[in-house]
Amino acid sequence: MKTNLIPAIRLTVVMLILTSVIYPLVVAGIAKLAPGGGKGVTVEAKGRVVGYALIGQKFTDDRYFNSRPSAVEYNAAGSAGSNKGPSNPDYLKMVQARIDTFLVHNPTVKKADIPAELVTASGSGLDPDLSPAAAKIQIARIAKVRSLPTERLTQLVDANTNGPLLGLFGPSTVNVLKLNVALDQLR
Amino acid sequence: MTSELIGFALLFGTAVGLAVLTGRYLSRVFRNEPSVLDGLAPVERLLFRLIGVDPTQPMPWAQYLGAVAVTSVVWVVLAVTLLMTQTQIPVWNQGGISPMDWTLALNTAISFLTSTNLQHYSGESGATYFSQLFVLTFLQFMSAATSLTVGVALVRSLRAESGASPGNFYGDLVRSLTRVLLPLSLLVAIGLVFAGVPMTFAPYDTIQTLQGDLVSVARGPVAAMLPIKHLGSNGGGFFGTNTAHPFENPGMATYCLHLITVFLLPMAFVCFVGYYLNRRKLGVIIFTLMTGCWLLLTIPIMQQEWAGNPAISALGIDQSAGSLEGKEMRFGTLASAFWCGVNVVIPAGALTSMHDSYTSLSGVFMLLGMQIDAFYGGVGTGFMYLFLYIIIAIFIGSLMIGRTPELLGKKVGQTEIQLAVGVIVAQPLIYLGLTAVAVLIVSRAPDGGVALGWLGNRTAGPNGYHGFTTMLYEYVSSVAGNGSGFESLGDNTPFWNLTTALAMLLGRFIPIVGTLLIGAQLYQKPFIPSSSGTLPTESYTFGALLFIVIVIIGALCFFPALAIGPIAEFLTQPR
Repeated sequence: MKTNLIPAIRLTVVMLILTSVIYPLVVAGIAKLAPGGGKGVTVEAKGRVVGYALIGQKFTDDRYFNSRPSAVEYNAAGSAGSNKGPSNPDYLKMVQARIDTFLVHNPTVKKADIPAELVTASGSGLDPDLSPAAAKIQIARIAKVRSLPTERLTQLVDANTNGPLLGLFGPSTVNVLKLNVALDQLR
Repeated sequence: MTSELIGFALLFGTAVGLAVLTGRYLSRVFRNEPSVLDGLAPVERLLFRLIGVDPTQPMPWAQYLGAVAVTSVVWVVLAVTLLMTQTQIPVWNQGGISPMDWTLALNTAISFLTSTNLQHYSGESGATYFSQLFVLTFLQFMSAATSLTVGVALVRSLRAESGASPGNFYGDLVRSLTRVLLPLSLLVAIGLVFAGVPMTFAPYDTIQTLQGDLVSVARGPVAAMLPIKHLGSNGGGFFGTNTAHPFENPGMATYCLHLITVFLLPMAFVCFVGYYLNRRKLGVIIFTLMTGCWLLLTIPIMQQEWAGNPAISALGIDQSAGSLEGKEMRFGTLASAFWCGVNVVIPAGALTSMHDSYTSLSGVFMLLGMQIDAFYGGVGTGFMYLFLYIIIAIFIGSLMIGRTPELLGKKVGQTEIQLAVGVIVAQPLIYLGLTAVAVLIVSRAPDGGVALGWLGNRTAGPNGYHGFTTMLYEYVSSVAGNGSGFESLGDNTPFWNLTTALAMLLGRFIPIVGTLLIGAQLYQKPFIPSSSGTLPTESYTFGALLFIVIVIIGALCFFPALAIGPIAEFLTQPR
């Protein structure tokens, strides 16, 4: 015990300086050269910062492409999923209510066509993306509210779609915030 | 879907390739042979002078185990003290953080010490930047270095020559950090900051969203913590939702980088065993077995998730992209499930999606992967578990064909077998025993324990089978050092904090002490060249026997618990 205690304490002090002071400061220094300077990349519109590109936002207005449901209502001071288990009756009631709400706001959409992501919550509660299908199914509603031709909206979604990384990794996605910023710029 | 599967194969292949190189490098480092980072030797000499140890001085086994114990105690005391006073420390304090009570501080300290990272707090509201770096990142480095070091000590004891010392604990620990963990972490962290992961000491930001809401956005020195979280099989993320949080994992590029770092050292350790002992074939056989078993667990999870949640299909919507509750769109169902399969067999236990929302049968495979904990397993510790199974398989195999049990030229005696069986049986005893206690409290207490304030929002009512799985998962994850969880468990209560802390301590140190004692026994024995009377361990036949032994032990220990958890949930779910 005694033979080990002094080296253990000295080791701890030395390693704290190495792993918890020097190493993070070096990384923080390098991060200043990265996009966003290590503070997170922001998106600007209407002459102000409207959010972070990576952090999803709540879009419930019919004028915008709506984002996925979130267990934390997109409050990015925290993060959480719903965590209710796959067959919890309360959970299934909540999904049913979301389906009903979606059908009221999108009367032209058939129930069997609603992509599951639009009525299920993400893991972080801050999911910034939708699949292209989930964006396109909202086009009819937005076209009506904004009096825009549906073709232009389809083009807009396509232009904002990111394909899989190197064509191999992951699904195609649309960043909802960037899509809605672009939507506001349509004349 | 096909292109995604090709992507996974490529990702796996890249990880294997890098692991082979890293394994060879580890062998050079721990044999003190010339290697790439020899330029660091002066820095290491300085560190050893500051610490006051001579790294070339071999330690007897008792002193070695003493060093493991004393460093662990020092780190826990430091961590508990810093966590309980974190709100009073003005440095790197973003404000608005709630203090930790002693049960949560103890649980957090032990969970990071044991490389489990259960995280009963939530990073955004429960830890200051100072705590994140001085307690959580620090302990992730130290626990990973300890795992690597004791793993190396075990492998050293399997060498042909006999001796009395596994090396110098401090020497190997420091070299694990300077030669492996710190350089790799720095490299990965640079990749992460350029991919958009924040690394800042600025406080949380407040923004007005496009729709007009005011929202606070948590950030911080994230990029420094993540590499060691994955490299060290730790899994303790900066934010509450771990690697699912977009600031921890901005997209598929960081997903690939994170996944390779999860794979790298556990895989490399197996290659290291082959190179270090100069027994390549043994390394290949173990690697093949681990890969096969990992696939047997991962493919069903991917298949289940891709098929979707039957209860959601019953509501009549389109689930063609799989079960998406608790998953992120930038990864999708397949990549989320693939990650899940990797992170239950490797006890990083990091999450890119919420396991609680996975379909019920996926839970079977997650629990099996964590329970056995040896299909790659953690850095160093994965091989330790497999080593215990190897001892048991040698014993059974030798009995079956009437030969003397020998491992790599050392006779396996009664003590070694008793120790191996003891450790393997201790694991399920801990998690099944503790689950039984929790179930008893839930079933006996009015309100399912809610009134006691012990079991949080646990409900034994309509969600009973899932509730059971949730509690079982928490303890299996604690014992295995995995650290993932079904997050519906209201787990920040004294009951869960203290019982899981006990499970983590026992789950970490019983195997370390047990395997090192076996190593000490074997190391002292004379080397006997193999003869026709030896059970050949370097053969695929032995690999098959080992597989069967693992399946039988796993099934016997675990099947009853699975039957009343995820399997019962599957059989009774609404269709």
